[in-house]
Amino acid sequence: MNGLTFDIAHLLAGGLVLVSFMMLYQDRLFALINVFAVHAIVLALSVAWQAYIQDAHHLYVTAAIALIFKAIVIPVGLHRIIQRLGIHRDIETAVGIGPTMLAGIGLVTLSMVLMLRVTSGADPLAREDLAFALSIILLGLLVMVTRRNAVSQVVGFMSLENGLVLAATGAKGMPLVVEISVAFSILIAFIVIGVFLFRIRERFDSVDVGALDDYRGEHR
Amino acid sequence: MISDAAVLLWGVASLLGTAVLAIALSRTPGSGTRLVYGLTLGISATALLVLAGRMLEAPVTPSTAVLPVGLPWVGAHFRLDALSTFFLVVINFGGAMASLYGLGYGSHEPSPHRVLPFFPAFLAGMNLVVLADDAFTFLLSWEFMSLSSWALVIVHHRERENARAGYIYLVMASFGTLALLLAFGLLSGPGGNYTFEAMRAAGPTPLVATFVLALMLLGAGSKAGLVPLHVWLPLAHPAAPSHVSALMSGVMTKVAVYGFIRVVFDLLGEPTWWSSTIVLFFGGLTAVLGILYALMEKDLKRLLAYSTIENIGVIFVSLGLALAFKANAMPSAAALALTAALFHALNHSFFKSLLFFGAGAVLTATGERDMEKLGGLIHRMPQTSFVFLVGCVAISSLPPFNGFVSEWLAFQAVLQSPDLPQWGLKVMVPAVGGLLALSAALAAACFVKAFGITFLGRPRTSAVEHAHEADRYSLAAMFILAALCLLAGILPGFVIDGLSPVTLSLIGSRMPVQMAQPWLSIVPIAESRSSYNGLLVFVFIAISASAAVYVIHRFASHALRRGPAWGCGFADAVPGSQYTGVSFAQPIRRVFGAFVFRATESVEMPAPGETGPARFNLQIHDVIWETLYLPIGKALDFATDHLNHLQFLTIRRYLTLVFLFLIVLLLVLALWP
Repeated sequence: MNGLTFDIAHLLAGGLVLVSFMMLYQDRLFALINVFAVHAIVLALSVAWQAYIQDAHHLYVTAAIALIFKAIVIPVGLHRIIQRLGIHRDIETAVGIGPTMLAGIGLVTLSMVLMLRVTSGADPLAREDLAFALSIILLGLLVMVTRRNAVSQVVGFMSLENGLVLAATGAKGMPLVVEISVAFSILIAFIVIGVFLFRIRERFDSVDVGALDDYRGEHR
Repeated sequence: MISDAAVLLWGVASLLGTAVLAIALSRTPGSGTRLVYGLTLGISATALLVLAGRMLEAPVTPSTAVLPVGLPWVGAHFRLDALSTFFLVVINFGGAMASLYGLGYGSHEPSPHRVLPFFPAFLAGMNLVVLADDAFTFLLSWEFMSLSSWALVIVHHRERENARAGYIYLVMASFGTLALLLAFGLLSGPGGNYTFEAMRAAGPTPLVATFVLALMLLGAGSKAGLVPLHVWLPLAHPAAPSHVSALMSGVMTKVAVYGFIRVVFDLLGEPTWWSSTIVLFFGGLTAVLGILYALMEKDLKRLLAYSTIENIGVIFVSLGLALAFKANAMPSAAALALTAALFHALNHSFFKSLLFFGAGAVLTATGERDMEKLGGLIHRMPQTSFVFLVGCVAISSLPPFNGFVSEWLAFQAVLQSPDLPQWGLKVMVPAVGGLLALSAALAAACFVKAFGITFLGRPRTSAVEHAHEADRYSLAAMFILAALCLLAGILPGFVIDGLSPVTLSLIGSRMPVQMAQPWLSIVPIAESRSSYNGLLVFVFIAISASAAVYVIHRFASHALRRGPAWGCGFADAVPGSQYTGVSFAQPIRRVFGAFVFRATESVEMPAPGETGPARFNLQIHDVIWETLYLPIGKALDFATDHLNHLQFLTIRRYLTLVFLFLIVLLLVLALWP
């Protein structure tokens, strides 16, 4: 593998981590969804590049799925939901932005240290990819636990899935079936959670998951 | 020609088929009972014939079978070698006798549909455990055995005590299986090879071997009834119908002993000498505490269950000795100790089944298990009394019965201890031998009490006065067992020689060939050191007893007259004023009770002139239950109360918990050296 292809793959995967950090920083819902769309576009680029350098044409399908569903369909759908719910001005981060960013840096360090250590001896591209993918997964989880709003938790969950796709494409010879199932699982999760949001809306006039706790007789 | 193992598997399959049939027959209890017990009797007898054929031929190669069920790519492996052959004989003989007894006893069962399906399933489970040759099959069969016996324990589940017994049994059985699961996990190692063959070949490191031994003591020990894991046993064994009690006490505890021997002697390879001290310590403790508990008991079946604990202690002491000798490369002494353990296991299955059958006959005849309400049964149930007496003499290890031979062999093994090189063992083994002697003496006292209070004296309640003799099937089972107790006692050489393939395969040595000894003597090591001749003792006892009877009848008065018992000068002694079991046990309670049971006695005397009765109060504590199990229960209550808050967190907090735990695991992975 020559230096340039490696560098580009590295750049795209690193870009994905960077966009994850951007997602962590947003405190408006529309901005968060826009950043998620960017996240999906970078993922699509990264997967397409992997398809090119590995000469694995089926990965183009994955890239297309990422582009169409995650970068276009889902963000548009979420935009609509937010408008219908009228919650575009809400944002409630449970933890301050500063500590969250610091925690994010810590998580990336952890995944680098861990992955580079346990995969010593593997293909360098796969190693970098796996390390980045783990960072993205952990950052996605961090988004989920630092937000109170159900929509932003959904976004965090989907960015976590993006990390899984990155890991799957970085490893050579992963069959297409898995990627399609991953993509569909996100879609299904999106639909289910979308329904779930409307249910919450009907009953509680809010999509703050805290409302569920009130319903159960719990108070924070 | 199918292999012997396959034949036995067919036996297991037909037992399971019988269990299914029993469900179908639950509408017709009368004929269903006879059919089911007849079938189990037939199957067990056939299995015994196959096994007898194997023992007579003494084949060198074990018989194996593989079924394509169980774990993927592993399958279910079964193997029939010398050790499993011996234990299968114990199981199937016990099963055959229990079935024969059940043919008569089962007709008194108020809810046969709760017993009949599980009885053959229980037998099948025990057979499978012993046949299993991989960890998965072993554990599965073990759980199957535990669950089917649990179903039999809670047959009469409406009685509060039985429901509690079932619950405690279930908890302890799960705990034991967990320990076994961990033990096999350690044995299979990182490669995950679950067949016993691979485990045997792998040869664990000393550290792993120590953990496995400890886990086996917990797992097999809890099923066998090692103190302090015995708490479920005296509750669960008596709760089941009597023939099932006999199977659980006489046979299932042996299956646990089998599991221990299989892992510790077969799979673990060479033992370390100090690991034997753990087994010896717990064995000695179990023997003495078990029989002390039995002495304090007044429920006949619970007394027998506690006595099972004592016998398990004796078996484990012998096993510990075998480990100590094996570790020090003293093969002939190790073979002697292992033979003693196996012989005692066989004997115990004989006389404990016999005694439980007797207790069952008493229970059917009178409806009582409380000895203080029985008495005088020898006139109403003469045959049951006779065989029960035989069982009591055998279990008290008196010659010429079988209990004496196996305990004598165990003591012969104890006497080899001066040859051991380690000072720790040199000191410990005689001490444990002392405990063994103490427990043997206490066992004799205990069974004098069991027989004397139940069968002698005058009836204490009206239920006893109308008692009738047991039915012919029950009597047949009890007489066969009594005859075998005597036969194994006067001709022990046959048994010892029959056990030699087992010791050869596990230790690589055997006791001297007993059949070659003159006059059917048995010789543990060499004739110059010690020998015993059961036949000679028997002949001597028979001749001297007949001579005494002859002399008495020849020279004493011929007039037979039955008069009132001397009442110590008091007028009209009611039967309730007879010597009771509690009074019989009082001297022993005074000696050991303050320490072991925190027993306190007090007498409340009425003031002079007052007409109220004086009262004698006795308080006995189960120290192990109070100091070990109650605190665990309290801690568990406390923990569950406080962890309950975790049920009501917000969704985000649950996510945070998962996230933090993931981070901690990743950190551990990152920082692991």
